[in-house]
Order: sequence, then structure tokens, then C-alpha cells
Amino acid sequence: MTKIIENTDKGLGFVETKYFTFGNPPDELKLESGEKLSPVTLAYETYGTLNEDKSNAILILHALTGNAHVAGYHPGEKDPGWWDNMIGHGKAFDIDKYFVICSNVIGGCHGSTGPSTINPKTNRPYGLDFPLITVKDMVTAQSYLVKSLGIKKLVCVAGGSMGGMQVLQWTVSFPEMVATAIPIATSARHSPQQIAFNEVGRQAIMADSNWNDGNYYGKSAPRSGLSVARMIGHITYMSDVSMGEKFGRRVKEEHGDKKFSPDFEVEGYLQYRGDNFVKRFDANSYLYITKAIDRFDLTNGGSLEKVFKAASAVKFLVIAFKSDWLYPAYQSKEIVRACKQAQVDVSYCELNSTYGHDAFLLEVEEQEHFIKNFLRRVSDE
Amino acid sequence: MSNNLPIPDIKKVKLEYRAILDLIPTGSSVLDLGCGDGELLNLLVKIKNIRGSGIEIDPEAVRKCASLGISVSQQDIESGLSDYGDRSFDFVILNQSLQQVVKLEAVLKETLRVGNKVIIGFPNFVYYKSRLQMVFGGRTPVTPSLPNMWYDTPNLHFLSITDFQAYCRDRHLEIEKVIYIDGNRRIKFFPNVFAQTGIFLIKNQK
Repeated sequence: MTKIIENTDKGLGFVETKYFTFGNPPDELKLESGEKLSPVTLAYETYGTLNEDKSNAILILHALTGNAHVAGYHPGEKDPGWWDNMIGHGKAFDIDKYFVICSNVIGGCHGSTGPSTINPKTNRPYGLDFPLITVKDMVTAQSYLVKSLGIKKLVCVAGGSMGGMQVLQWTVSFPEMVATAIPIATSARHSPQQIAFNEVGRQAIMADSNWNDGNYYGKSAPRSGLSVARMIGHITYMSDVSMGEKFGRRVKEEHGDKKFSPDFEVEGYLQYRGDNFVKRFDANSYLYITKAIDRFDLTNGGSLEKVFKAASAVKFLVIAFKSDWLYPAYQSKEIVRACKQAQVDVSYCELNSTYGHDAFLLEVEEQEHFIKNFLRRVSDE
Repeated sequence: MSNNLPIPDIKKVKLEYRAILDLIPTGSSVLDLGCGDGELLNLLVKIKNIRGSGIEIDPEAVRKCASLGISVSQQDIESGLSDYGDRSFDFVILNQSLQQVVKLEAVLKETLRVGNKVIIGFPNFVYYKSRLQMVFGGRTPVTPSLPNMWYDTPNLHFLSITDFQAYCRDRHLEIEKVIYIDGNRRIKFFPNVFAQTGIFLIKNQK
């Protein structure tokens, strides 16, 4: 416990997750599928102070398995929020200047309405009765939250990976509410390779007999399936070099007595990450959210340039990482190219890193340099 | 585009940059190819209030551009230019990078597509000191504007002012203005002998 307090001294201290509920009949949330969701709760956290004219807000959006707890500590937990090194006093997103909001997504399992939520019509968890959601639906829901805080225009929307997709969707769905956008390590649409990895994860979950067509709440969850899905995910988040550096071919100290027990540290690590993940994530949420990002296509079958013409007043900073093979730099360059053709102000940097896709969570110093200077430039204009 | 850094003293700016500043009217849109650490773009923003962007491949230079508040894309010139639509900028600058471009002709064509006018600055390979080094020293010349030894030069093309003039004639490019520079002096006579650097303002002939 002492250690936690030591850490919090330098950072934001204790923070708490808040909940915003809307969409009670007759104002249900209309989804892209045509279905309606009601009521809708979004978990979110805020840091810093909203100024009087509510013009200093930044919205942070999280990746596939992230949540609203982006910075600071929750009492009793030893790790801070998932982007704590980027959000705080004097950090990339400086809470001395900005009011930072991080919103969870619908379909998730960290306090927002999703398949594990109680369906008011049946008084049982939704399970597969939960409607299919899209990235656009996630963003539409977030727009209710932002408006409820009295904010008409966000200084910036920023996020990596799936968070970056939400960023892009924000600039297209609500261009008048966004001054600047920072999509990081992301894509305007998934490639077949990205869809393929997600499909293996989904198949692993659905092949687990505990999954039971999504009807497992109150019983044994499909732990082994979800764990395998997470292991595949982790492989794609790292790089050959980062795995080499982290594990090499080192063997585990404790070796199980079964023939095919893990020998190498990398095997043990993946199992550990998988086992930990099932404690904090819902398998159905994993299915719904991966499907949403696989179906995400900002172009809607048209040209990306046309899409960005609607967002021509938004200023972009696009960041990619050289060793990211899950969301390769060429996908960021497609976004940059479309911005340029649409005459949208865009800066692009391709940062050196060996961390692979995880770099957006780990390469703090370089991202801070570009984000700080970008926010300073656009606020001077 | 602006930042809170102080406005540079124009008298301390090197002549090459002052010559380029003179070519660009206030409020223009400018793309600087191979913009380095953004020094020239920053001057243009501060003094000429331009709307500018840069393309630069070197990560350290891109980092410095960000500090200056310059909008820059980390790309190579050859692939980066194709991202832009026709006539996206009033001016495209290719200063001291022309000689390092692999597909020079293709890039020149692209600059003239993307910009209404193009400013090209390059070192004159047949500057008189180079000629002396070659003829009397028997060595590949090393001068302030071509400072590298033969084994570590980034330059792929070696051209003279007369070469470039002939090229513009052949390709029907109109030379609207040209400035010849030797260090801190403007050269008026026999530029192909006495100028270290030529700065050309060109456009497609109508």
C-alpha cells in the first residue's frame, strides 16, 4: 500500500470511474444496424479542470481491451491507468491546461452497456441478444457523453489502435465538434490480415464448450477460448525484435511434468497474459468489439479523400511505428495521403521503435514531443 | 501557422534563404521538399505569413520541425509528392535536394504538377574553384556548397547552371527569375563560373 501512495504523489493520485446513462425511451440510441439500445451507460473518467467556456477538453479513446481508466490510480490497485505516462501534469496531454476525458465503448465490459449487461426486457444478461455494434455506434454514444458535459467542441480527440479508429470516426461523424485529431497506430479499415487474426480469436472463444452460444453468465466462462484469443492478440502486438529482446530462447525455471508443458519463457508469458485477461474481460465483448473493428471502413466503399473533405477544418497529427506489423505504417500513410488530397492540414511521423504495435503504449518520450508541439501549434493558431 | 518563438532577424538570415524569401509573396501556400529541420519554412511563416508544409525523411529533422511548429510529413520526396492533388500549392521548393533525388526528372514533373511555381536551388558543379581543383589538382572538387568527399557524398547528380538552363529550354520550362550566389554575394556576371549556387523560379510554359 505504501508503494501505491509513493507513486500517486508524482501523478494524479486516486481517480474514480464515473457513469453516464442516457437513451431511456423514447430517446433510445439508434444503432447503425437499425436496432435500438436502451438505456445506454458509458463509463468514463476525467482529469484536470474544465474551463469556464468549456473549451479545453480533450477526449482520449482506448484500444480493443482498454477501458475508461486511462490515468491515475484506483484505490487498492498497484498499476495506474493504461496511458498514465501520457496524461498528467506537464505530460503529453497536460492536465494543467486541458480537461481530459476518457470514455469506454458500448459493447465493452468495464462499466458500459454491453453483452454482459442486464437486458431490461428479460432481467438477464443480454448475451447474444445484444445487437451488433459498430465503431460509429461507439462514437455516437460518446457524443452524448461529451454534449452532456456541456462541451460543444473538443480541442482534440486522440487514441491508438481501435482508439485511433474512433478518432477517425469522430472527425467524420462530428467534424464540427473536433478541432484536432491524433490517430495513432491505426487504420481507416482493417486489412485481411487484421481480420484474419481477429477471426482466429473469435473461433477460439466459440470453440470453447463453455461458450454455449454466449449463454454462460452465472456459469463457467469460456476461459480457455478467451485466453487463447488473448495469446494470439499479444503475439500481434509485439515484434520479432521485441520478443527476441524480452525472451530470447530462455527456458522456464519451473517446467511442468507433462510432455507439452511450456518450455520457453515466451510460452509461459503468453499463458500468464491469457490467464490474467480472462479475469478482467468478457468473452462476448471480445466477439462484439473485434467484429466492430473488422467491419470498420471509414470509406464506406467510396474514397477516403471524399470522407476527409467533410472534415477539412480538422487538423491531424498521424503517428505510426516502424516495427508495427499489425497496423503497418502504410495504413497511416493512406490516411495522410487522403488528408493531403482533401487539403486537410496533416502532420505525419513514423517513429522508430522495436515494440511493434504495443509501441503506442510504450514510446512515451517521442509521442510526447510530437503531441505537445502539435497541440501548442494548433492552440497558437 | 505560427508559434511563440521570436521572429528571426532578417539580416542574420543567409543570403540563399533571403533570396527565396524574396521570391514568395506574403500569404502564399508553400510545400518545402526535403525541408530539413524546418528553418526555411519557419522563416517563411514568420516573415511571409505563408501556409506551409514540409516533407522530410530524416527522423531527427522531423523532430526539430515539430519543435518549430512546422506541419511536416515524414516521407521521402519521391513517394510523398504523389499524395498531393494538382496545383495544391502556390510554390513548391526543392532547395539543395534536387541533386540527391534518384528519379530526378519524375520528381521535377511532379513538383510542377503540385505547385503553380517551383523554386529550385542547387550547387553549381562547375564553380571556378571546382574547375581549378579538377584541372590543376586532378581531384574531384570539394567546395562549401559541395562539401563531401567522393566516397561519402549523398549527391547523385552533378550539374551546372548552364546545364539547368539548357534543361529548362529542352523541357519548355519558363525561368521566371534566377539568382546566383557565391557565399554571401550575389553574382551578376558569368554565373556558371562564379556562382556556387543557383536559385531558379520556374513554371510550365503556357
